[in-house]
Amino acid sequence: MSSTFDQIANIIAETCDIPRDTIKPESHAIDDLGIDSLDFLDIAFAIDKAFGIKMPLEKWTQEVNDGKATTEQYFVLKNLADRIDELVAAKNAGGGAAT
Amino acid sequence: MNLDYFQLIDRIVDLNLEAGTITVEAQVPEKHTIFEGHFPGFPIMPGVLLTEAMAQSCGWLILGVLKFERMPFLAIVKEAKMRGFVSPGQLLTIEAKLEHEGSGFAVAKAKGRIGKDLKCSAEITFGLAPFPDPVFRTHMDAMANKIGFPLQAVAQ
Repeated sequence: MSSTFDQIANIIAETCDIPRDTIKPESHAIDDLGIDSLDFLDIAFAIDKAFGIKMPLEKWTQEVNDGKATTEQYFVLKNLADRIDELVAAKNAGGGAAT
Repeated sequence: MNLDYFQLIDRIVDLNLEAGTITVEAQVPEKHTIFEGHFPGFPIMPGVLLTEAMAQSCGWLILGVLKFERMPFLAIVKEAKMRGFVSPGQLLTIEAKLEHEGSGFAVAKAKGRIGKDLKCSAEITFGLAPFPDPVFRTHMDAMANKIGFPLQAVAQ
């Protein structure tokens, strides 16, 4: 079974036509990979479907805009993978979406 | 259809918010200047307008799901397929189904038919945003009444 990071990287490679071997755990989706907000909608849809979750993108964006979080916390891929694992764990625990 | 005002949907036939589905009808006008150019001697509905009709169908569905609290704006059209010609005077029936409601976006699939014949289909993604202007919201309420949007369905 592939890791959460691998699944995300595969989704990004396929959705955005980015060579898979250039997508690293340390890659920043926006700053390093150049993914724009429209492409990120596509990626979010694919991730939501693949993991059976609803990524709270609006909440994350608001936190960044309010200075309560950095983009690195959500958009560096290894961190994004951690956030997804948390959401999946919360879902499996029956607690609904972890935000 | 009121092509001059880009109002492609005439009436909502069925809306099931629990199932996330909608069925609408759109009467293609017998005459319009669009058909004089598209095409002379062979008038057919442009594929972009069929795509827009599918998008508006999905849009009404999503408005219902969101209880008119936010407006869906067209963002991505995938797999738009024009499977057959749609001619002036025909009645287009469009069915749409919500595929996913994400955070700040929603995805729906739509199929347009003339009678039983499938004429077009697409997967459409919308960005969801607050109504940018109260006039816009008032307009959408008026449009909802005009096309028979079952407002009691969103009041529950």
